[in-house]
Amino acid sequence: MPETLTAPLTTSTGRVLRTEEMVINMGPQHPSTHGVLRLELIVDGEIVVDVIPHIGYLHRCFEKHAEHMTNYQQVIPYCDRLDYIAAMNMDWAYALAIEKLLGIKVPERVEYIRVIMAELQRIASHLIAIGTYGLDLGAFTPFLYCFRDRERILDLFEMTCGARLLYNYIWVGGVSHDLPPGFIDKAKDFCGYFRPNIKELNDLLTYNEIFVKRTANVGVLPADVAIAYGCSGPMLRGSGVNFDLRRDDPYSIYDRFKWEVQVGKGEMGTVGDCWDRYIVRVREMEQSVKIVEQALDQIVDGDVASAIPKRIRPPVGDVYVRSESPRGEIGFYVVSDGSATPYRVKARSPAFVNLSVTPEICRGYMIADVVAIAGSVDIVLGEVDR
Amino acid sequence: MDQFLKSILDNDILVYVVVALLPLVWIVPYALFAVWLERKLAAHMQDRLGPMRTGGWHGWAQSFADILKLMQKEDIVPASADKKLHYLAPYVVFIGSYAAFAAIPFSSGLIGSNINIGLFYVIAVSALVVVGILMAGWSSNNKWSLLGAMRSAAQIVSYEIPTALALLTVVMIAGTLNLQEINQLQTGWFWHWFVFQKFPFPFVAFIIYFVASLAETNRTPFDIPEAESELVAGYHTEYSGMKFALFFLAEYANMFAVSAVASTLFLGGWNSPFGDFLGGPFWGVFWFLSKGMFFVIIQMWLRWTLPRLRVDQLMYVSWKVLTPWAFACIVGVGFWLMM
Amino acid sequence: MTPQEIADKLKAGFSEAILEVKIEGAIDPYVKIAASKLADLALFLRDDPETQFDFLMCLSGMDNGKGLLGGVYNLYSITKRHKITLKVEVPADKAEIPSVSSLWPTANWHEREAYDLFGIRFTGHPDLRRILLPEDYPGHPLRKDFKVPEFYQGMKVPY
Repeated sequence: MPETLTAPLTTSTGRVLRTEEMVINMGPQHPSTHGVLRLELIVDGEIVVDVIPHIGYLHRCFEKHAEHMTNYQQVIPYCDRLDYIAAMNMDWAYALAIEKLLGIKVPERVEYIRVIMAELQRIASHLIAIGTYGLDLGAFTPFLYCFRDRERILDLFEMTCGARLLYNYIWVGGVSHDLPPGFIDKAKDFCGYFRPNIKELNDLLTYNEIFVKRTANVGVLPADVAIAYGCSGPMLRGSGVNFDLRRDDPYSIYDRFKWEVQVGKGEMGTVGDCWDRYIVRVREMEQSVKIVEQALDQIVDGDVASAIPKRIRPPVGDVYVRSESPRGEIGFYVVSDGSATPYRVKARSPAFVNLSVTPEICRGYMIADVVAIAGSVDIVLGEVDR
Repeated sequence: MDQFLKSILDNDILVYVVVALLPLVWIVPYALFAVWLERKLAAHMQDRLGPMRTGGWHGWAQSFADILKLMQKEDIVPASADKKLHYLAPYVVFIGSYAAFAAIPFSSGLIGSNINIGLFYVIAVSALVVVGILMAGWSSNNKWSLLGAMRSAAQIVSYEIPTALALLTVVMIAGTLNLQEINQLQTGWFWHWFVFQKFPFPFVAFIIYFVASLAETNRTPFDIPEAESELVAGYHTEYSGMKFALFFLAEYANMFAVSAVASTLFLGGWNSPFGDFLGGPFWGVFWFLSKGMFFVIIQMWLRWTLPRLRVDQLMYVSWKVLTPWAFACIVGVGFWLMM
Repeated sequence: MTPQEIADKLKAGFSEAILEVKIEGAIDPYVKIAASKLADLALFLRDDPETQFDFLMCLSGMDNGKGLLGGVYNLYSITKRHKITLKVEVPADKAEIPSVSSLWPTANWHEREAYDLFGIRFTGHPDLRRILLPEDYPGHPLRKDFKVPEFYQGMKVPY
């Protein structure tokens, strides 16, 4: 017999397959992997024996580019493109890192604007996460409702800085444009419009029995495993760990607002299953609306460009600053050698770390569950690959 | 009806061919309309508009445009696919759905073949689609298609059982498998319909049958075989052009066939709900088609509302929920009839 | 615990491994340690009941220039809410750092990335292979002396 038919089959990492096992590739082009991600599934019938993620299809050399910029501000458009769905949060984390290096403090109005933009961006990002999650599981309609609501948020962003997805808005030391007239009223209108829509989403998708059956007790991530694997954001809070960077490692002015950290309690199944992560996202949207409303009431007047430095030459040193993006902890480790060009910018992306736990939580479930689990991890390949 | 045709055309074979092609007069326009309707229904449920421009008013010519496009598309067959099976599979699937129309009465005078075992024939021949689906999944030489085909085969075969059992309830009440006679037994006002008689057993059987028929036609929430987000497109991933169109046509024909069976057995078929008012052989066609379309619209409505079940949950529903309840209905009706 | 207390605790247990402690004058206090002792120190920091560094925030590779590569470990404790940074330095031609992936499983992918982009070999890593770049990519791009290859798999690279 030819050797190809008798030689043992191996996976790409060299593991030898048993006779019943089959290797199926999910991706890089697949409707449910949320981008160019290749999940090599080793399955025994319908049961998944192992998952090997292959990433790097969207690697765009962010860190190398950052080392060749002539100016620290020039890195900000690249930061947008890391997690393109939560671009405001990416910009903000980087700006926080450089501001810490320089030791500058931004005006009050800038802080309020940044909080409003970041929380609106959080709502928009969670809407995509929830909509596409329903789409993965076959619920086609909530996807469009979520996008309809997200359009209103994108309208607000377009009013302010002209862009809908990649803003280049939050600069080191301030923001690029002040809020246009009419923004505050329109944002308040949006908050009033959006609250009942969360209830509609809950009626349609969250408590739907089929949806619950697909996500409860699936992909259970215990809390200690989550911490050991460095998970953050809704993945960590869905496993019952009450930890949110906005409250526990505070930055900016979050301590002036009243809001609650949402934690998964295993209401529909086990603590740390896909439903818990999903409901943490839904409830975080409600809390973000609260924060936006409070910020819109408290906002002060001022000049948004007064603290933007003309020339950025940080002292020699390094700093690691992190903030809470919709996906988790986005951190920038910036090393400066005293010149105007960054020496090293490392982006610690939440989706990269959250994806690394996927093999652990997929074993023993079915192929359809892998889709549910990958959707609940909520990855964006732009920041996984940078 | 064939007597009528024999008096016009002399040739017997020609008569049979015409009679065999007659359901196509309904199915093809219906399929074109149903595709447009599904897109419009989905759009309005999702807070958007759907096709608006093709042909002018609300994009009514969209289906025609789609058919034209599919007809002139390049037919791509994977290089290592099993050519004969790949070619035959769409036809087998279509034949399975289409042959069921032979025994379904469109009106008191309009039925393809008035056989005594009409219902038995309909159920049996519509199971032929399983063979076609398996052929499609295997011949594509694609692991995802194969998975989809396996799931679909398991699903359709499992759901045949609650289907047959639920229909048996009606057969017990009617005392015959002949579909035309079952229809004639339901003449009168709508409370003569079997779904309201000997309450609640045929009513429960009706619900069981409707749910099981969703699984028979691979519609959400049972559409794992063609789950776009998991299996790319399941067993018809590797099909393009007219063969894909044929799969689609078969799916819509199947949807109408199961709706037609449901309305025939439970809701009076071609009978008018008002007794003799608006009754008769010509109005019968209208009532029959509207009842069938009503269920088709409900199937579409469910598709855009509910998420899909996982394959083992689907099997659970079939074997542990629907089948026992269907048995309970049969036992209940049996006791009722004996007393 | 303040960074000074953590540094003192480390000095008490591993005085010969500590190369440099910088607390004042540094925006993020750090402790520079000998690469060979990294695994022991990391285990101590993770398991000691007073420090309890259970969360590895970030593991970055570094090119420190002058033929030296390094690794930067940002540690955090969720239970105690304190941070510390560890730095190690190895020569570029023999870049080997003990792996901490058995202590913090998150380090698995971070170390693969540092290997991919810098060429630092992590001894004891279960599966050290490239993660972002293709397996046959020549060189380690984030090193300062990296030259973009002229051709890659027959395609001209600089255009």
